[in-house]
Amino acid sequence: MPLHRTTSNPRTVSPSIVRLRAALAYTAFALTRAVLAYTAIIFTLQADPILAQAASESGWFNADRTQALVLGVILTGAILLYVVLAASGRPLFIRKIAGLETVEEAVGRATEMGKPILYVPGLNDMDEVQTIASMNLLGHLATIIAGYDSRLHVPVRKSLVMSVARETVQQSYLSAGRPDAYQEDDIHYVSDAQFAYAAAVDGIIVRERPAACFYLGGFYAESLILAETGNSIGAIQIAGTARPPQLPFFVAACDYTLIGEELFAASAYLSKEPRMLGSLKGQDAGKGIAIVFILAGSALATLESITGSETVREVSEIVLWLFR
Amino acid sequence: MRRRIPLIITFIIGVVLVTGYFVTRGPFNTLYESFSDYFAIITVFAFILGGGSLLKIHLKRVSNRSTDWPYSLVTLAGFAITLVIGLFKVGNPAGMGGEILAGGSWLRFVFDGVYNPLSATMFSLLAFFVASASYRAFRARTKEATILLSAAMVILLGRTPVGAWLTAWMPESLGFLELPNLANWIMAWPNTAGQRAIMIGIALGVIATSLRIILGIERNYLGRGE
Repeated sequence: MPLHRTTSNPRTVSPSIVRLRAALAYTAFALTRAVLAYTAIIFTLQADPILAQAASESGWFNADRTQALVLGVILTGAILLYVVLAASGRPLFIRKIAGLETVEEAVGRATEMGKPILYVPGLNDMDEVQTIASMNLLGHLATIIAGYDSRLHVPVRKSLVMSVARETVQQSYLSAGRPDAYQEDDIHYVSDAQFAYAAAVDGIIVRERPAACFYLGGFYAESLILAETGNSIGAIQIAGTARPPQLPFFVAACDYTLIGEELFAASAYLSKEPRMLGSLKGQDAGKGIAIVFILAGSALATLESITGSETVREVSEIVLWLFR
Repeated sequence: MRRRIPLIITFIIGVVLVTGYFVTRGPFNTLYESFSDYFAIITVFAFILGGGSLLKIHLKRVSNRSTDWPYSLVTLAGFAITLVIGLFKVGNPAGMGGEILAGGSWLRFVFDGVYNPLSATMFSLLAFFVASASYRAFRARTKEATILLSAAMVILLGRTPVGAWLTAWMPESLGFLELPNLANWIMAWPNTAGQRAIMIGIALGVIATSLRIILGIERNYLGRGE
């Protein structure tokens, strides 16, 4: 599998990176200690009903969310650890994401054809993490587009998304040294109504015939309406969403699809910045932890049904408790 | 400073909201709702920006007689008519004090007679798009596409009375091969496993993205200039 490396050099680490590294390492260490201590307290309390009753009546902590805290701290610790490792210059291997490797090719194609690039940031507002991920990706894309001197067209469904997209794209054009090429009106509000928005975007696709269409964010029933219209004009299409029901539609109608987590990884992947790539590696470590728990849970459940052992049942219940 | 202040605000709000999720007492336990309310208020003001953008673009197209400018005229007319009859509750039987979508009001007529049929028309296009996309996806050109096609056929037939009728002759010992049972098995096991794998990946992606933003590692939304 083709891989690439982060490029930072440990001998040229700046003092701010060293300070950040120390702070993150200390935070991770402190959080890990805190969660271990807390887990021990919770198990002790759960063993004693009177203590548990007293704790629930006087405590500040919502004991129903203990599992979320334990898992959250484990995953956060894994991500922070890899961020620190990446910041220290340790080379990390990140698997290639085909859809993101093609971004520059799609922009280049649009430039050669003299056609615009359409970017659809989904239907959600800025309170949705998919939209935030989409805006981060739009920033990188706009920098590439500014370099190629192509036209970027972003119709949006929410006014706040329009404001953020305008600011993001403008800054990208500035950083690419092309502030003159930025056109505010190319990022515009269309309609809050789902199918009015879909109809407007379809109209833009059919009239302007963009060479490349990006659908990145939260999508609903309109996903296939947009993607099929883009397919009908022969545009190169890259889609990504964290809504599993829409993924098959994008897979069927688009050239590349960022499946779930790849949408969130896209900004870090394109930035090639070591700390961002470190957080991606942390995500992979999180997946590793999930796989271990799934295998352990399956093995324990199987063992319990075969042997009927009380000890296995208790261990199995602890694993189950974590995911309840 | 232009970048540092938003980063500090993001960090503080992020940490406070995460803390609020685990704390049972006020003001932490109500923070999420409060911030949601503030967000709704900001969104209402932001709509003025959106409406302004819509008007500006389409007025410019009409005044410049750009390509397809009559469509812009239709958009502007629709926007103005809906805004006026909604704001002034034109035709509302109870006047300005009545429900905004009261029966008999003009806005109700626009909603039922124009907006809903147009939305339904767009939604109904989905059936045709599903057919064309399925045709492309299910062409058995590769091993994966063949598996996809086979699974889709089993599900499609298994979810209809025809599926049950086609395999009703099977003996009870081979009941698991009946199309409805096969369809249920595909949905309950391979499909659920795949969906859960994607959901676990998404959850990890959300955590990582949130951390990157809270800790200020991801700053792209602030622009890239120093």
